[in-house]
Formats: sequence, C-alpha cells, structure tokens
Amino acid sequence: MVVITDHYLPEYDDESRKILRIARDWVREAGIDNFYDAQGICHVVLPERGHLRPGMFAVGGDSHSPTGGAFAAYMFGIGATEMLGVLVTGEIWLKVPHTIAMDFDGAFARGVSAKDVMLFLIGRFGLDGGQYQAVEYRGPAIRALPMQERMTLCNMTAELGGQTGLIASDDVTRDYLKADIEIWDSDADAGTLAHHRFNAGELPPQVAAPHSPANTRPVTDFQQKIDLAYIGACTGAKLEDLRMAALVLKGRKAKTKLVVAPASLRDQQAAEREGTLQVLLDAGAELLANSCGMCAGYGQHQLGENTVAISTTARNFKGRMGAASAQVYLASPYTVAASAVAGRIADPREMLR
Amino acid sequence: MRAWVFGDDIDTDAIAPGRYLKFDIGQVARHCLETIDPGFSSSVRKGDVVVGGRNFGTGSSREQAPEALKHLGIAALIAESFAGLFYRNAINLGLPAVVCPQAKRIRPGDDVHVDPASGRLENRTTGEELDCEPIPEFLMQLIRDGGLVAHLEKRLRTTS
Repeated sequence: MVVITDHYLPEYDDESRKILRIARDWVREAGIDNFYDAQGICHVVLPERGHLRPGMFAVGGDSHSPTGGAFAAYMFGIGATEMLGVLVTGEIWLKVPHTIAMDFDGAFARGVSAKDVMLFLIGRFGLDGGQYQAVEYRGPAIRALPMQERMTLCNMTAELGGQTGLIASDDVTRDYLKADIEIWDSDADAGTLAHHRFNAGELPPQVAAPHSPANTRPVTDFQQKIDLAYIGACTGAKLEDLRMAALVLKGRKAKTKLVVAPASLRDQQAAEREGTLQVLLDAGAELLANSCGMCAGYGQHQLGENTVAISTTARNFKGRMGAASAQVYLASPYTVAASAVAGRIADPREMLR
Repeated sequence: MRAWVFGDDIDTDAIAPGRYLKFDIGQVARHCLETIDPGFSSSVRKGDVVVGGRNFGTGSSREQAPEALKHLGIAALIAESFAGLFYRNAINLGLPAVVCPQAKRIRPGDDVHVDPASGRLENRTTGEELDCEPIPEFLMQLIRDGGLVAHLEKRLRTTS
C-alpha cells in the first residue's frame, strides 16, 4: 500500500489542515511505510518511486488511476468506501473487460503530443467511448513516445470512459523504472471489441472548448482571447510536459498570466537542473506547489468570474476550476504555452519552426 | 416517486462541486447539481428519483457525488448508462443505480417506480412499463445490507 497526499495541498484553511492531519495521523497509526507527503500528484509519484510493475493489478483512490496502465499494469480508480473494502479484504470485483484497440501508425508531427491524441479520441468517441473497458494504445507512433507521454494517454482514458488504458511494456518502460521488468503485450490473435487505426502524422493539435473534454476541434479553428494559461496536473505538468512548454516559451514572454504547478517535486527538481524551469520563469510563469492545484478546484487558487483560461488539465466541466462563469479550454502544453505568448488560443507549430 | 430528469454526461463536478468537498456532506448536498438546476437541492424530496441520459456521473472518483444524492433522499438513480466509477460508488453506498435504455421516455415529475432486482420500471403517470437491466444479485445483496461497509461488517462477523 502506498499513501500520497496531493489534493488539499498546500493547506490553506482549517478544513484542508484537518483533512491532511487525518491522513498523516492515520498513516502513523496504521504503520504505512510508503507515505509520500507533499511530493507531488499520486499518479506521477507512484511510478516515479518505483511502485508500479508490468502485470500488476492495482487500484487507486482517484479517477486518473488508469495512468498506471502505461506501465502495463491493470490499474483503475475507485471511491473511498470501495478502497476501504480493498484494504480490509484484499479483493475487488470487476467484469472481465473487452479490449478497445487504438492503433497509431507513422509518427506524430512536431508540436503534437499525447494530450492532442486523447482530446482527439474523446472528441471522436465521446466521454463514454471507452465503455468502461480496457483501451489499449498501440502502434509505432505510441511505441516512440517517452514514458510520461504514455502516462498522459492512459491518464485521460478516464475522460474517454475506459476502465483503464494499457500500453505494452518495453525498453522505454524498463529504462524509466530502472528495473528488470517483464514484457507484457497483447497476444497477436487476441480479440478486440473494436480496433481503430489512425495515421499519427495527420493529427493536428487539438483544443477542447468549454464545458466538456469531448468538445474538441483542431487548434486552427480557434481565435479565442484568453486571460490565463495553466500548466498543471497529472495530465499536463510532468517533466515531459514542462519540456514541451519550454520549447515554445524559450526566448519569449507570456502576454497573459501564466501559472505552472509541476506535477511532482522530483520533476520540478529535474526541470530546474536542466534549465527547463528557468525558461518557464523567464517567460513570466508564476510557480505553484506540486499538487493537484487549480485542476479540481479544491484549493485556494480558483478561476474568478468570467475568466477565460487555457489549461493542460484533463477536465473543463462547468465550475470545476472555480466560478461557473469561467470558460476553460483544454490543450497540450505546447498549445497552452503558445497561447500564453499570443494572448489568444494559438497554434504552437508556428512557434516551433 | 417523483422523477427529476437530467441529460447526457452529467459530471461529478456538477453533482458534487470540488470546492465544497472539504465540508460535510450536508453542505456538499446543498450545491448538488446547482450549475444545471439551481432549485434542485431545495426542492427535491425524500423518495424522489434522479433520471439521467447517457454516462451519468462521468468524471471523478469522489464518492460525495452519489453520497450527496443519497443525502438529499434520492431513492434510486435511473439512466441510459452510468460512468463505471460512479456506478460502483453508488452501489457501494447502497444507492441503486438502474440502467434503463429507454430512460429518455421519462418526463420531469413523472411518478416512477422501479424494482432494481427485477429491472421492472413502471411510469404511473403515463402507464408505461420500461425494461431495465436488473442489478446482479451479488450487488443487490450489498444494496440490501445498506452498502459495502455494512455488507463487509456482516460478512466478517459471520466468518470470524
């Protein structure tokens, strides 16, 4: 068992202090060895600290737990009561899932990321397109993705409505985990509920308009002015995400407010060492803590009335990040960074030339 | 049982908004579905049912979503389909979530009676009977016991 604090950090009022105190006291009482307090968002910290292995069957107390599927672990999210049941019995029920295969041939274009892939798929198949089955991402374009980009695919399988997202383990998985791992891959003759094939090279950057991640169109369809650009969350502020933003922001200044909440402390430290973080700060970024931050509207930083924001997070449901009148557009770190520079939703490919 | 009817993809941010989750369930429930129907939580009565379209409860693992509906006295949820995680949470709290492919035939305020075990739904306002998917027996046991915690307490008492 691993316990990670992320949603109510940093504590800012009596309620959030109380919630964190209950968690910390319980961890002590129960004698939990694997406790990561204020180290970052659970979906990023869990594999970062080596707790995931291919072939594992795992559950997490958050809907973005399918992130673990990027390591060829069958992992999905459950609620608090069901987690109690798992802790007490070590068991859980599920229907044996079908596989929905998403196959990407070729290679993604420059300026196109895993986030664009997921916004595209969610727009195409809907918030229940995954039918609570296992969605497997395959093909040469997926194989070529670094580990944290694969995590973004599996992470947003939650918005696609799958129970989990899966990617076969390989050398990329091994290198990331720095461990001897088993290779788990689908049998060549394994049946699928559906098999969709796409040409990766044809995919342009995508943007989801308010108030649904399924409300997606190519970035070139948008001219919207924005007030705030947010680079945060397990979906969009891992080291790879910060690097993407930095590629766009290098030598440029944000015209809008730009807020960055790196998804884990280690990712932030790595970004600092390699200079990525400095690029973001030089562009005018304001840095928030390594936590869920503005994404779910739990903390002190929330969107005000009528704010128009573009965000690397996973969900733009009405009122989620603050005021119900706020308008949230979802996009990749490239597109969010480019939009911060332009002051309106902008195509990052023009700034990456 | 009076029906409150909502559309497709009703998300957990609408059912239990994040900024209230740090408070007790009574406070969360006061804001339940307010971005869609501001009068819902103050007008809903014990024994009413909530009817949704496709993918009801999409989004978060937050259990306060079904818990808020239960707290308001909702007796059952009926929808064309439920988001998987929300469905599990509802059942684990002892709140029946019934899949009804023809849920869109139910109108706001209809007097609806549903038997989750058999999947029979009677709309006494229109006289119509709709076929629903019966909740599997192992989950019905959990609902009858009053949710997963009560169910496990019972099971662990019997085995120890």
